[in-house]
Amino acid sequence: MSEVVVRTMDVAKRYGEGEAQVIALNGVSCEIFKGEYLSIMGPSGSGKSTFFNMIGGLDKPSDGSVFVNSVDLAQLTPRELAFLRCHTIGYIFQTFNLITVRTALENVTLPMLFAGKTPDEAEERGMELLNLVGLGHRYHHRPSELSGGQQQRVAIARSLANSPAIILADEPTGNLDLKTGQEIIDLLRMLNMERGVTIISATHDHKMLDVSDRIFHIRDGKLADVEVREVLTTS
Amino acid sequence: MSQFEFKNIDPPFWVAWHQAKASIRVRFLRMAITTIGIALGIAFFCSMQTLSFAEATVKTGGGSQRLWLVSTSLVMCLVGVTNSMLMSVGERYREIGTIKCLGASDGFVVKVFFLEALLLGVIGAAIGSFLGSFLMAAVVARMGMPIPIGTVFATFGVGVAIGSGLTVLSAIAPAIQAARMPAAAALRVEI
Repeated sequence: MSEVVVRTMDVAKRYGEGEAQVIALNGVSCEIFKGEYLSIMGPSGSGKSTFFNMIGGLDKPSDGSVFVNSVDLAQLTPRELAFLRCHTIGYIFQTFNLITVRTALENVTLPMLFAGKTPDEAEERGMELLNLVGLGHRYHHRPSELSGGQQQRVAIARSLANSPAIILADEPTGNLDLKTGQEIIDLLRMLNMERGVTIISATHDHKMLDVSDRIFHIRDGKLADVEVREVLTTS
Repeated sequence: MSQFEFKNIDPPFWVAWHQAKASIRVRFLRMAITTIGIALGIAFFCSMQTLSFAEATVKTGGGSQRLWLVSTSLVMCLVGVTNSMLMSVGERYREIGTIKCLGASDGFVVKVFFLEALLLGVIGAAIGSFLGSFLMAAVVARMGMPIPIGTVFATFGVGVAIGSGLTVLSAIAPAIQAARMPAAAALRVEI
């Protein structure tokens, strides 16, 4: 676990001008390693979401730089950023965000079509990923016909579509009950352990923290504390 | 792995086409209302055309007032479509943000919106033109003012072209707004 996937250097983000200026992030430097399971914690308003958006290529810093796979995000044009989001980053959302009119399989194949795969290749890999998350038999169902936990599983399969270097999960268990939340956590941990997927998640969920390799605590726009946990081997 | 090869691939056309069709299907009622709006505007336009052709066979004389009326109705139609599409962009912030997170370029988002508008425009304009040209021609023919069938077809064609063109025109503002929607919108949670 030595290869660095994400590196931030003195990242600062300010919103607004003059008196009304809000400093959301105030110089955060960190390194995130390949294959690690990282949780980001912090009270609301701490800059956690801003930091999360920065490493996800969703927002640009006012100062400092963010490198994902040694690529400086600030140097990218919107089109290149879209390309990076497509190939290098997988997203999992609190609200699942499946495309409601498309079937589970179509949701999983969409990012692959953006990446230029042929429909046949995309479908084959899509089915493989749905099987991986245990939903292969429901590939033709629409999101509205799936439960919350199942939708989140499809979202996880979708995030893996283009074999991204990192997966960003924003409160992935926030809209789920305890049991389904635990299943999602187990699934993420399994992917992390068995496939070496790097997972970065923003969370309040203590069960989520228990499986993390490291925990970043963000307070007042700064990286206040880095907690390192011994790897919990359950299997 | 350290250096990135940026190949700017856009997904094939049918991906955008499917997305546009799916978007219309899920909002069928609202889209139907928008389509009816287009259809009515174009039907008015075409029936006015037909009427003036019919009158031209009986007497001569232009109708600049009528032209005014027709243009006003078309502008109203355009504004209505723009408004309903703008609202739909506002509602779809999460969907737009999500497909951007999945790697859609701004161009793709714009393409989807234009395709949606084009689809609605063609359907609405075809219905409207049919009513305005063929039906109106039948009515005035019964009133004793027959119109050559070629003219009727021409009116129909012009109606479809104008209707589709206007709808695409009215999609410009919504499409730009959608393209500007940040990908981070996908993370927003309704409070």
